Amino acid sequence: MSNTKKILVVGNGMVGHHFVEQLVGACPGAEITVLSGEPRLAYDRVHLSEFFAGKSVEDLMLTSESRYQQLGVHFFCNAWVERIDRQAKQVWLKDGRHLVYDKLVLATGSYPFVPPIPGNDQPHCLVYRTIEDLEAIQASAAQSRVGVVIGGGLLGLEAANALKQAGLQAHVVEFAPQLMAVQLDEGGGKQLRSKIEALGVKVHTDKATQQIVAGKHCRYQLQFKDGEALEADLILFSAGIRPQDSLARQAELQTGERGGIIIDDQCRTSDPDIYAIGECALWQGRIFGLVAPGYQMARVAASHISAGELCFQGADMSTKLKLLGVEVASIGDAHGKTPGALSYQYQNQPLGIYKKLVVDASQQRLLGAVLVGDSSDYDTLLQYALNGMDLPEFPESLILPSAGSKPALGADALPITATICSCHNVSKGDVLSAMDAGACELGAIKSCTKASTGCGGCAGLLKTLVDGELAKRGVEVKKDICEHFAYSRQELFHLVQVENIRTFEALLDKHGQGLGCDICKPVAASILASNWNEFVLATPHVGLQDTNDTFLANMQKDGTYSVVPRVPAGEITPDKLIVIGQVAKKYRLYTKITGGQRIDLFGARVEQLPDIWRELIAAGFETGHAYGKSLRTVKSCVGSTWCRYGVQDSVGTAIDIENRYKGLRSPHKIKMAVSGCTRECAEAQSKDVGVIATEKGWNLYVCGNGGMKPRHADLFAQDLDTDTLIRYIDRFLMFYVRTADRLQRTSVWLESLEGGLDYLREVIIDDSLGLAEALEAQMQQIIGSYQCEWKTAIGSEQNLKRFRQFVNADKPDSNIQFVEERGQWRPASEQEKLAFAAIDVRQISSEPQNA
Amino acid sequence: MQWITLCKLDDLIDNSGVCAYLPDIEGQGRQLALFSLRHGDKQQLFAVGNWDPIGKANVISRGIVGSIAGEPVVASPLYKQHFSLLSGQCLEDNNIALPVFAVRLSGQDVQIANPSQPVTKGVC
Ligand code: SRM
Ligand SMILES: Cc1cc2nc3c(=O)[nH]c(=O)nc-3n(C[C@H](O)[C@H](O)[C@H](O)COP(=O)(O)OP(=O)(O)OC[C@H]3O[C@@H](n4cnc5c(N)ncnc54)[C@H](O)[C@@H]3O)c2cc1C
Ligand code: SF4
Ligand code: FES
Repeated sequence: MSNTKKILVVGNGMVGHHFVEQLVGACPGAEITVLSGEPRLAYDRVHLSEFFAGKSVEDLMLTSESRYQQLGVHFFCNAWVERIDRQAKQVWLKDGRHLVYDKLVLATGSYPFVPPIPGNDQPHCLVYRTIEDLEAIQASAAQSRVGVVIGGGLLGLEAANALKQAGLQAHVVEFAPQLMAVQLDEGGGKQLRSKIEALGVKVHTDKATQQIVAGKHCRYQLQFKDGEALEADLILFSAGIRPQDSLARQAELQTGERGGIIIDDQCRTSDPDIYAIGECALWQGRIFGLVAPGYQMARVAASHISAGELCFQGADMSTKLKLLGVEVASIGDAHGKTPGALSYQYQNQPLGIYKKLVVDASQQRLLGAVLVGDSSDYDTLLQYALNGMDLPEFPESLILPSAGSKPALGADALPITATICSCHNVSKGDVLSAMDAGACELGAIKSCTKASTGCGGCAGLLKTLVDGELAKRGVEVKKDICEHFAYSRQELFHLVQVENIRTFEALLDKHGQGLGCDICKPVAASILASNWNEFVLATPHVGLQDTNDTFLANMQKDGTYSVVPRVPAGEITPDKLIVIGQVAKKYRLYTKITGGQRIDLFGARVEQLPDIWRELIAAGFETGHAYGKSLRTVKSCVGSTWCRYGVQDSVGTAIDIENRYKGLRSPHKIKMAVSGCTRECAEAQSKDVGVIATEKGWNLYVCGNGGMKPRHADLFAQDLDTDTLIRYIDRFLMFYVRTADRLQRTSVWLESLEGGLDYLREVIIDDSLGLAEALEAQMQQIIGSYQCEWKTAIGSEQNLKRFRQFVNADKPDSNIQFVEERGQWRPASEQEKLAFAAIDVRQISSEPQNA
Repeated sequence: MQWITLCKLDDLIDNSGVCAYLPDIEGQGRQLALFSLRHGDKQQLFAVGNWDPIGKANVISRGIVGSIAGEPVVASPLYKQHFSLLSGQCLEDNNIALPVFAVRLSGQDVQIANPSQPVTKGVC
């Protein structure tokens, strides 16, 4: 195929976008134009519901305009195509523009089906498909109390969850006798229903809605065929999808009786220059309403256009999800419709678990499965089903809770061709070759194979495969912190604690070699401090610290230091503000409000630090530990004291928390915040520890951070009273301090913890390791031995000797020079220093200016 | 050889650095970083230039000392490059070195030799 073909893609949903990416790779010369009917480029529809959990549109985007520009892809948004002229090979947009094509790809997806019920077109009758839909739901929810979802399928339940999250009383109305009738059998449906009702969502099955009229207590009333009625303020239709095939009909392409654009194994429609992929396409009488099959079609079409040979061969429709916190999975022939199929079932009503296996007549092959309440067997079962593997002698053992003795299907047992990730068509072999090529860590493997970056369903399997393979390859992930210690930070922590080691020298003598270095010394200093909390400038420790800790200030690019007094929770009196201003003026320091709600004073020479601090301490300030791997700030919002929305005293709590943990040395810095209500003005969800006030107490979030790789904190526990909140934070912090790697923020630490958040909850809340008491006691000891390091430092001549520019002369460093800018002092650049004479040099008058 | 006294032994800090001032003819003065490495009873003194040629600031004396593959080193506190205390060589960049001075202890006096001629030719 020649390289100058004009390829036109209608629809930039998930599948249309995947097609573009595939084609750019397969056919670099193609001239690709994308017509998106929506106001933006492709976003992640699969994770759409996370919008309600705080994800922004930005977070959901799969691409960006600049990315498409980089790829050389032309695009138009808000570009609804109205007509195809197959003769002229042109498409016409709604606004009258038209474009020509050599090959046309229809990726128009589907639209929500709204049953033809009288009254279905009122303002608060909504659907759930696009970002605009979600915005409409959000707006409507803000003026509603009761919401009902019509349709008890997968999406309907997800929508019900969204309504619940938005604070509405939620109902689900289903026409069929059970929930999720497509994926689940009757038993599974029942079990799911009781679990969901237990969560406070009312389920109404066997209900045909006849009309929607004005309500008595709510905005609307749904009237059912059986004479009953239900009142609601917001109605969400989720009664299935219909393929968006109107263009194809207009252009007289072949379509299915019940909709869908008919395609062959190459994804071509009845016109060989027009392809259809994704949810609009009908293959062998089937529509595939999941993203993985759509992606497969995208690959096939891209391959065919670039003269490749891929064929579409149908796709697996297995799914695993968590609906309203209930695990649900369905694999293959869940209903046992295959002739001769037999089934095994296990049910545990008290725990709300239902599992079913469907096997072939010979009981050799797994045909399908249903899992409700516990989907932990999904990965294993799916592999049996997809790869046609021989079942164990007693297939039921695969779903029975026979703790431990379950014949685990290691990733080892999988054939090399086994699909690990169906979204991106990544096989076990692909993962192994990525590892051969040097990717030896989950993140790297994800980014070079794309496995697990689609629906996410394969994450567990991928991790098992990679971990197993690493172990097999004898890749012992080397955790030695440096050449002087063959131990990880965690191991060193343990040694220091158990052997009561008090100095670096003792640690080196017993467990290390050489003289140490700039890696292991600060680690040891931090571990010693977390355990014994001795003064960091005491003789045995002083040489271990990074310069910032040694001088209790942060070194700047010119060798001067910054001074950051602690301003707990950002609350500061006018008098203290004045003192900061006076000190800054006197020592000619540059002042700036930091991102952590306090004030940084820059440009202090090392010999000025003690004088500056003497004045600050006299005015009641303490060190802010801006230099340490330790607690930085606890940010607060103004909270209930002033704010009309505040429900708790966020400032008071933030001050208490900051004072409690100040000085705690840790593997990396720790940041916290407390917000007074869900508006979250303190940005607590971007902190290592975030606290948000509720009507009943506090919600605790953990392991968020900003910085290079931002991560939203996870909700850890809800509605805690203040004592419990503090207890959990004590345990959490100390567990982190004990077990994290050097320079590992809590977010990265959590991601490396096997078992993740659930495990962390077990340790902290359920005390599964029996550590809680010890963690609290250790924290108590650290809190009890707190000292303001600057206060201690200026209290002794010995310590002060450290703060001299020269041991043998009373002079400043002549290389430190400043120039004035915007009314303050900043370091002079190299050029400015060369033009020395023209500059007002601060140290020329080495006497401080009188304030 | 001429030895110049810079400071007293107890001005130094074990396993850490201090900065000493060395007046020169132009009256500009020179900054030296003095280190004392002590492990058990063994003590070694080192003197190198205090100017960090990479970070472009007088900060070498405030770096962390240690050893890399047996060689005593100091790490710049700014961007963490390592410099050999024996040769001044920057371990991360062959083209960069600190000047190194011969240093000795005479009684309680810390002395350096021939300051106008560092042992190595690194820039100061
Ligand atoms: C002063 C300040 C910028 C400002 O003018 O606002 C600042 C300045 C520095 N930040 Fe920051 N960060 C400051 C707020 C932040 C924030 C915002 C916040 O805390 O709300 C963030 C993002 C939030 C977070 O950390 O999760 C932030 C993320 C970083 C990072 C990236 C951390 C990460 O995990 O990716 C570094 C690099 C590091 O720590 O390794 C860093 C490192 C630094 C260092 C220490 C870099 C250095 O070694 O010289 C800067 C020197 C501080 C100094 O000299 O006093 N700074 N830094 C802020 C001091 C806050 C305070 O009062 O203590
Ligand atoms: C809330 C929700 C949750 C889901 N969860 C899952 C899940 O967990 N797992 C899973 O596999 N799948 C899930 N799905 C389904 C999955 O999102 C779809 O299978 C997938 O998005 C289909 O992609 P598509 O590109 O074919 O269609 P779409 O994403 O619908 O994209 C089609 C695009 O084409 C545009 N378009 C249509 N006609 C025209 C025209 N004439 N001119 C211009 N543009 C046009 C539309 O505006 C749309 O932007 C979920 C869907 C939703 C809504
Ligand atoms: S959070 Fe926002 S406005 Fe309030 S007190 Fe807190 S939130 Fe105010
Ligand atoms: S199967 Fe969807 S991301 Fe792997």
